[in-house]
Amino acid sequence: MAKNNKNILPLTGSQAVAEAMRQINPGVVAMYPITPQTPIVETFAKYHSDGLVDTEIIRVESEHSAMSAVLGASASGVRSMTATSSNGLELMHEVVAATPGMRLPVVMPVVNRAVSSPINIHCDHSDSMACRDLGWIQIFSETAQEAYENTLLALRLSEKCLFPSMVMQDGFITSHSVENVEIFSDSKIRKFIGKYTPKNPLLNLDKPLTYGPLELTDYYFETKFQEAEGFECIIDEYTKIGKELSEVTGNNYPLFEGYKIKDAEAILIVLSSSAGTAKEVVEKYRKEGKKVGILKPKLFRPFPYKEIYKAISHAKVIGVMDRSMSRGAFPPLASDIKIAINTHKEGKKIPDVASYVFGLGGRDLFKKDIESIFDSLLNNKYNITKIDYIGVRK
Amino acid sequence: MDKKTSKQIPIGGIIDKPKTSLLNKTGDWKKMRPVIDESKCIHCAKCVLSCPENCIAIKKDGKRGDVNLDFCKGCGICAKECPVGAITMVEDK
Repeated sequence: MAKNNKNILPLTGSQAVAEAMRQINPGVVAMYPITPQTPIVETFAKYHSDGLVDTEIIRVESEHSAMSAVLGASASGVRSMTATSSNGLELMHEVVAATPGMRLPVVMPVVNRAVSSPINIHCDHSDSMACRDLGWIQIFSETAQEAYENTLLALRLSEKCLFPSMVMQDGFITSHSVENVEIFSDSKIRKFIGKYTPKNPLLNLDKPLTYGPLELTDYYFETKFQEAEGFECIIDEYTKIGKELSEVTGNNYPLFEGYKIKDAEAILIVLSSSAGTAKEVVEKYRKEGKKVGILKPKLFRPFPYKEIYKAISHAKVIGVMDRSMSRGAFPPLASDIKIAINTHKEGKKIPDVASYVFGLGGRDLFKKDIESIFDSLLNNKYNITKIDYIGVRK
Repeated sequence: MDKKTSKQIPIGGIIDKPKTSLLNKTGDWKKMRPVIDESKCIHCAKCVLSCPENCIAIKKDGKRGDVNLDFCKGCGICAKECPVGAITMVEDK
């Protein structure tokens, strides 16, 4: 297993995130099982039983309670985590919204799963997309390795900017598939994470505080404006903290990954594990001389509009693949890309943006699906006013 | 009163000092206020215990004290609870 003295382990995405949690050693972890997130807290509970962490585990009766416990623990002044998926995230939604309102740096791994109804345990991004406007930092991960490292980065980013983070990975595709994952040494990671000094600990009896009071027409808007301004530093801090983590891991933490996009005429934009499949298609098409590329956003909230615009503005056409819907509107990622292009064009000619929805409820995405998208983009067979649904029996 | 800007208030809606609720004189809300007939009062302190705003004082000798009208919302629970009918709610003008 040891290769070049690297600690490479065969881990699923869930186990990789549990490793990050072990290294973080949070003060409190509240846990409630939900497929496909369960192996995260299950693995962490094992670490707890084995004495590898001294976390206080709270076994709660629902996700609403899990998030409430984590909010309270974070306000008290310790690192606090939970993990969830799908309907669990929906059930905790009220407290998910309250957490950034109190500026608490909670980190929550989210294993993306479709939302009821109908009940479906497989991957799509509907769950976390429904939370994208609540004030959480959102980072999407393609692989188990990325999910592990993003969790560590998110912790520092949250604690620096005082907003909670969700770290996404694809349900089953990433969370339950075994990959080679390099786990970095505890001492180096713990040095990177550092000692936690809470900004406003509720348990500091020398400075009594009230969290979550009433603010009506007189002050609520000012508090929300603080959040808007507070979010502005996140992109820079992500890059700075990413550089620090880079010194430990040797990996890079860009806002997004561009794969052969520099001279690409057609660029596909897609989140998480599907980007891996898309890169293979790019390889094939490049060999055939077709100028195609992939852009995989990593930091999704805040959305790096300007940076993404600069990376794609030279293309003739952009295809955006969303693994979620927004009924009656363009889906989340396509909307953001359209905004990025239209906001930063400065009078220049802009690429067309074609919107595709795929993979809902875990519907497999095949290479041939991506090929057909590239073919339509390269042959001018797309309609920018409509959403195309890929892989569905219409 | 001049309101503070977003940069002058603590982040996250936190209130960073205790007892600020005392600055909010909720007694302004009332339409009715309690008037106590001292000749009828038996100092049982039922009104003290039943006041949801905790604004009827109890003195060191155990006898009922004055009503703090700054915080009395005029709910009338004290008048309802008084076993001897010593408290009457009158319009607060």
